[in-house]
Amino acid sequence: MRREPPQRLAHYGPLFFPAGMLTVFFVVPFATMIAVSFFQRQQGGFYTPAFVFDNYARFLSLFFGKVLGFSLFLAVAVAVACVVIGIPFTYLLSRSARKIQIVWLVALLSILSLSEVMIGFAWSTLFSRTAGITNLFVWLGLMAQAQALTPSFGAVMTAMTYQAFPYTVLVLYPALVRLDPTLTEAARTLGASPVKAFLTVVVPALRNTILATLIMVFIFALGSYLLPQLLGRPQHWTLSVLITDQAIYQSNMPFAAAMAVFLVLVSLALVGLALYAGQQRQAK
Amino acid sequence: MTALRRLFFVVVGLFLALPLIVVAGVSINARQTLAFPPQGFSLSWYGQIFTNAEWRNALIASLTLAASSALLALLIALPLAWFLWRRIAPWANIFQLLGVAPFTLPPVITALGLLTFWATTGFYGQAWTAVISHGIFFVTLPLVTLSLGFSAIDRSLVEAAATMGADDRVVFRTVVLPLILPYLVSGYAFAFVLSLNEYIVAYMTVGFTVETLPIKIFNALRYGYTPTMAAVTVLFLVIAAVVFGLVARFGDLPKLLGAMSDER
Repeated sequence: MRREPPQRLAHYGPLFFPAGMLTVFFVVPFATMIAVSFFQRQQGGFYTPAFVFDNYARFLSLFFGKVLGFSLFLAVAVAVACVVIGIPFTYLLSRSARKIQIVWLVALLSILSLSEVMIGFAWSTLFSRTAGITNLFVWLGLMAQAQALTPSFGAVMTAMTYQAFPYTVLVLYPALVRLDPTLTEAARTLGASPVKAFLTVVVPALRNTILATLIMVFIFALGSYLLPQLLGRPQHWTLSVLITDQAIYQSNMPFAAAMAVFLVLVSLALVGLALYAGQQRQAK
Repeated sequence: MTALRRLFFVVVGLFLALPLIVVAGVSINARQTLAFPPQGFSLSWYGQIFTNAEWRNALIASLTLAASSALLALLIALPLAWFLWRRIAPWANIFQLLGVAPFTLPPVITALGLLTFWATTGFYGQAWTAVISHGIFFVTLPLVTLSLGFSAIDRSLVEAAATMGADDRVVFRTVVLPLILPYLVSGYAFAFVLSLNEYIVAYMTVGFTVETLPIKIFNALRYGYTPTMAAVTVLFLVIAAVVFGLVARFGDLPKLLGAMSDER
């Protein structure tokens, strides 16, 4: 059946329900949030319609700057760690037998879908004094006494890398599977070692993919909300934590909304950049 | 090279498995202590999920939410994907974009948007608002699998049916539906598993009235530790592995995840 432009009203029929749902329950809430970000906060958790920039002006505080700076730094660190491990891993995976690929994909999907609460709980157990990994080190004679490794920056960083790693592999996977295998074969025939062939042929060929993946993982990490709370100290809280804290516990919806709008702008700018990088890839 | 590759896979595998092994270990402790290697052996913490009223209610709340919101996501995604495949209407791509947006942005944004929306409309805290919220939040998954499914349909098949006099409705039921069924099922499966595990949207919309399992675990963590949390984590991991294993068994998982297997 050829694709045709819709001519009669009935042709639009299938669109009514999806378009209506997405408009009412995504576009309208989004617009409400933007509107609330300009509202005036009242004492006791209420807010009244207004058009003030007070909520945005609060961004200029040192505290907010620190939280924002830390969130961005953490997300960048996680994205870099995931991509550095993820590229060789996904490359080797895409060259493995189909059966092995499927087993890994099922495992990665299962971990990716695991609740952030459960990932946080699992790592806090592994980093605990009584059941943690330090007991293994003591047994091996590497440490004198078992100790708790949380709360710490290292714990937050490790758990967030854990959470984002399956995502990274799944983002990289399509590009790496489609990578022409003759590229590396040619390099090998000309005498390059596998590692050298990987670094000098595969990595440069994937430059735009890597950039797009870094950005995607960065945004993914920016959304991490429970891990900094469960495994870090208050100075390790991210913008996502702060937004929820303001919305639920401080009952300051306008300020929470303003921060969320800001987060959207940062994310959208980066998604745009990722799409642009992706298109450059297609064009090549 | 093969040895090096194997070593690398083992290291990554250990990193991914280690926290889960410890959780599985502490879930079978005989007493309510956080100890690894486990002291004694008991499956009673798994029993707790079903016998303790609080945990059971949370499990039922989670399953109900996941089953119904995944269905809603499918009901939104299917007609949209069909329309985009059937008609030439470039402006309608905006809805595709809207369907993908909640999943691409940090989840706290969708959560806060829905919180302000439900608070403004006065429905805040009602259980059904979580179904709609998750349905919208996870619409991306069936939308992506279905778009993939539709693009894989050979249009000449549909053309043949149309030439024989089948109208849209008949074509959809007899040709299109059987062809996209695997994508329909996997889209539902993805949305179901992710909804089961989702925390922040559920917490922001119905966190004070409904306790899903992730919310229950987080609340319980504040009051200390019970091995039931570990048991629930293992249970959820098993559910996810079984669901994705089935998708892989009856569908083409590498292809679903973007590898064009027929090209190779």
